[in-house]
Amino acid sequence: MSGPTRISGGLLTDPGRPIAFSFDGRALRGLYGDTLASALLAAGERVVGRSFKYHRRRGILTCGAGEPCALVDLISAQGREPNQPATVLELYEGLSAVSQNRWPSLRFDVLAINDLLSRFLPAGFYYKTFMFPGWAWERIYEPLIRRAAGLGELAALVPPHAAPAETVHSHADVLVVGAGAAGLTAARALGGCGLRVILADQDVIAGGGTLLDERWHAWRENCIASLAALPSVRTLTRTSVVGAYGHGVFGALETLAPHDPQRGGGLRERLHVIRARRVLLATGAAERLIAFPGNDLPGVMLAGAALAYLRRYGVAVGARPALFTNCDEGYEALLALRAAGLECAGIVDPRDASPAAARARALGIEVYPGAVVTAVTGRAGVEAVTLARRDGSGVRTLVADCLLMSGGFSPLTALATQMGATSEWREDLAAFVAHLPARTGAQAGALRGTSGLAAAAADGLAAAQALASGFGLPPLIEAAPPLPADPERAAPLALWEVRGNGKAFVDLQNDVTAEDVRLAAREGYEHVEHMKRYTTHGMATDQGRSGGLVGSAVLAAARGVPVAEVGLSRPRPYTEPVPFAALAGGEVREHYRPRRRLPLHEWHAAAGATFVSTGLWLRPLVYAPPGGGWEPVLTEARAVRTQVGITDVSTLGKIDVQGPEAAQFLDFLYANTFSTLPVGRARYGIMLREDGMMFDDGTTSRLGPEHFLVTTTTANATAVLEHMEFQLQANCPQLRVALADVTDQWAQFAIAGPSAREVLQSALPDNDVSASGFPFMAAGAVAIAGIAARLFRISFSGELAYELAVPARHALLAWETLLRAGEAHGIRPYGLDALNTLRIEKGHVTGAELNGNTSADDLGFQRMLKKNGDFIGRRLAQRPGMLAPERLQLVGVRPSDQARRLRNGTQLVSPAAPDASLGYVTSSTPSVALGGWVGLALVAGGRARIGSRLTGSAPLSGESTQIEIVSPHMFDAENARVRA
Amino acid sequence: MNAASARSPTRTEMLRIPCPWCGERDEIEFRYRGDATVQRPPPDAAMEAYVAYVYARDNPHGWHLEWWLHTGGCRRLLKVVRHTLTHEIREVLAPEQWPQEPGESQVP
Repeated sequence: MSGPTRISGGLLTDPGRPIAFSFDGRALRGLYGDTLASALLAAGERVVGRSFKYHRRRGILTCGAGEPCALVDLISAQGREPNQPATVLELYEGLSAVSQNRWPSLRFDVLAINDLLSRFLPAGFYYKTFMFPGWAWERIYEPLIRRAAGLGELAALVPPHAAPAETVHSHADVLVVGAGAAGLTAARALGGCGLRVILADQDVIAGGGTLLDERWHAWRENCIASLAALPSVRTLTRTSVVGAYGHGVFGALETLAPHDPQRGGGLRERLHVIRARRVLLATGAAERLIAFPGNDLPGVMLAGAALAYLRRYGVAVGARPALFTNCDEGYEALLALRAAGLECAGIVDPRDASPAAARARALGIEVYPGAVVTAVTGRAGVEAVTLARRDGSGVRTLVADCLLMSGGFSPLTALATQMGATSEWREDLAAFVAHLPARTGAQAGALRGTSGLAAAAADGLAAAQALASGFGLPPLIEAAPPLPADPERAAPLALWEVRGNGKAFVDLQNDVTAEDVRLAAREGYEHVEHMKRYTTHGMATDQGRSGGLVGSAVLAAARGVPVAEVGLSRPRPYTEPVPFAALAGGEVREHYRPRRRLPLHEWHAAAGATFVSTGLWLRPLVYAPPGGGWEPVLTEARAVRTQVGITDVSTLGKIDVQGPEAAQFLDFLYANTFSTLPVGRARYGIMLREDGMMFDDGTTSRLGPEHFLVTTTTANATAVLEHMEFQLQANCPQLRVALADVTDQWAQFAIAGPSAREVLQSALPDNDVSASGFPFMAAGAVAIAGIAARLFRISFSGELAYELAVPARHALLAWETLLRAGEAHGIRPYGLDALNTLRIEKGHVTGAELNGNTSADDLGFQRMLKKNGDFIGRRLAQRPGMLAPERLQLVGVRPSDQARRLRNGTQLVSPAAPDASLGYVTSSTPSVALGGWVGLALVAGGRARIGSRLTGSAPLSGESTQIEIVSPHMFDAENARVRA
Repeated sequence: MNAASARSPTRTEMLRIPCPWCGERDEIEFRYRGDATVQRPPPDAAMEAYVAYVYARDNPHGWHLEWWLHTGGCRRLLKVVRHTLTHEIREVLAPEQWPQEPGESQVP
């Protein structure tokens, strides 16, 4: 017998429930409770992937998150997901996975030639080689490299109605991260005194290291039962805390099972946003690899992983294991496999003696002290292990089908570091621990460097005591049963690398060797962060969990400094891969952002409107199906110019301003004056930013001596309100003014066209809307269909027009009343496109011209700036550069040849200097009043060019058009129609 | 609300700001309104004073006085003393108040 096999029942597997799955198209069987990795091992599979760069055969290194090699593409009804660690992927009936980085097949991979060419593929190879010519990078090199490298393949088949993930928000007094001996003890103690505790662990069940020691099973079960009985404690398994964001905010990713209706119900992930008053980190420690030649051969595995496969899944990772370790913890796996009846090839330990070695010898296992592994040989997996004494003497070879390695344990300090911890080198652990002030967060267990489960549990209790007293609670009484004793252990030896012939990897996922690290140091990338980026060491899905410190140690040796001086590269969120789908949660497609619908949305939809998103609003663009071209738009616009039209302008921002000093406040806010505005009148106003640029425009009406209604553009509604609130509270706190956003409270419609007055008079029989009774810029209360409403005689279209505002709940009644009143006059609704056509003809500006770079003078509003009194933007609008005649100024543009069209963005140039842009077209439309196309443009010194011609150049469409520069007020410049 | 303000309610936010009116709330409820150490010059001030008011900003490595508008709550403007390195929030004040001289951040 050779290779891995299942030898007994594991803690998690159910021998009575076989599960069928497929790997690379082959049908295999595992057990319920298996991971894909344990099922593959139980099926005797050792090679599960090819490596990223050299395409070397790779097996399974770990038994959990942080697996660098055994990554697969998972294929399901929901798509194809790459980079799934087989070591955490729970087996389910029908699971289908394929290996990565191989072509055409896992057993025969063409690109394995890279391994033979590796002397030409050093670190930084891509940067050094694919440099010239510059254009070739994008067109040739990068596509080729991507095909050759690649980490799996992504294809989403998520059904259009379903969100694959959800987000939940949770609050806790204490978040405990990690449910090992320390975390479990602490959570039980804290929950026992009534604190709200969230205990999160990435494993499928709580227990951590206690799952691997039978003596602890009763304790663990008892602990989990007590936690379940505590109402204030929530235990989240399969949940990784992936980021610490300060102020007690943490992100955690819970993995669900979409195929299992009991757990997931179709959802893949749940993102928890946890807000905790305190945090206790008990994340444990991760086993390290040792960099020796051939340490990536399938069959070389972390010792702790071998122990986990045996205890959890009943899988022996080999028939004749050998062990290479520098620490006593590493021995546990081989001792357990020996106890399970396996023949052991021997133990290679660079130390001279230790309590663990004595235990091994007592079980009849050969221990080679003071020795290191110098080579591992085998074609598709480990067949023999060569060892030698540290001085190179005593070379011998052991026959073994797997080699367990343990280079010591590194505390998992990523979260602590994200929270601002400093790190300290601990010689006794040969690792860094994190220092976190108690105020920020507490740590316990192996994360702090304790050794053994009993020590971790005691440390967890102490941490809980400190936290409870911080909450002002009395000391805890833990009536715990006596804990199983920790074995006596000697300190590890800081052994990182065995140099010899062949590649010794420090990062198996990115194919980074110890030699690559030395090369980086030689080429000047001496800082650990520079080395990381040059070699890619510690990047990608495993974040260098097994080899991060080893790389730092190799770098330290190359630089001739202690490891403590080199440190670890800085971990940032996320500590584990987080799918974008999990971050998006339910906010996908139509739920991507809030959508605001008009009060009359249903009416517009029933009338056949095509909607357009403007900000968050959905507005009717045109009352015609999409793609209908200009004709439906121009028909609507023509109705306004010749008869009458009605449009929904409810999206305009509406801000109610009241108070004794309301007028004074508006005078400060606007560049023009409002204190002189009589009650019952409206006035157009412009608002500047403090830097003198145009911010927004709109009409403001005075409804009472101390009551104004400000309207803003749709796009700036939120920004203007915040600006007003800020200015009021920061710069005008002495003014008695109250602001209220009433945008949603009022629906507002514009009725425009030569027949608008007749329509209004018919709809408002009790009010006088005649030219004298309700003159241009009048504003006042009216009644429509018995509803109190507001009428404003203002015009954006350039026609005789009114805007009628009604409380939003009466929108439909008012709208239909107006339509009935207009029936005899041929009234028709018009959308945003027609409104745009009308306002361009009239020369009114919108967001295209109020683009943040235009001053009041640029847009022809300089005369509106009041001469007396302070206002926002007054001072900086006076800067000479703001008034320079060569600035881009608003003009109208028309093609000399009426058959030619205009395009937004067309550059305007002088025929004499066609390469120098003088400006560009901001808005354009076919005209209904003037024939041909008309547009607005910003042109250098534009007002002085009125009457001249420029060339409109659109290189992308290859168009060149002669353009007449005209006044922006192309239609009814005298305002005769508006004032009619 | 415009597109830029449509911030996801599920974004993992960094700051928790203790609003004196509403209690401790997530950063997502607030709109940052910039440096609160600068004050608008009087109307007759020199152009240079206005240029400094609008454009000149310190970028402190440490305590900073900031405006935050609680748009998702009371809509009050708050003056917040925040440490730019540790994000510790030391004091939250009304607009007219000025903070005490802050010491070291208590957070690493």
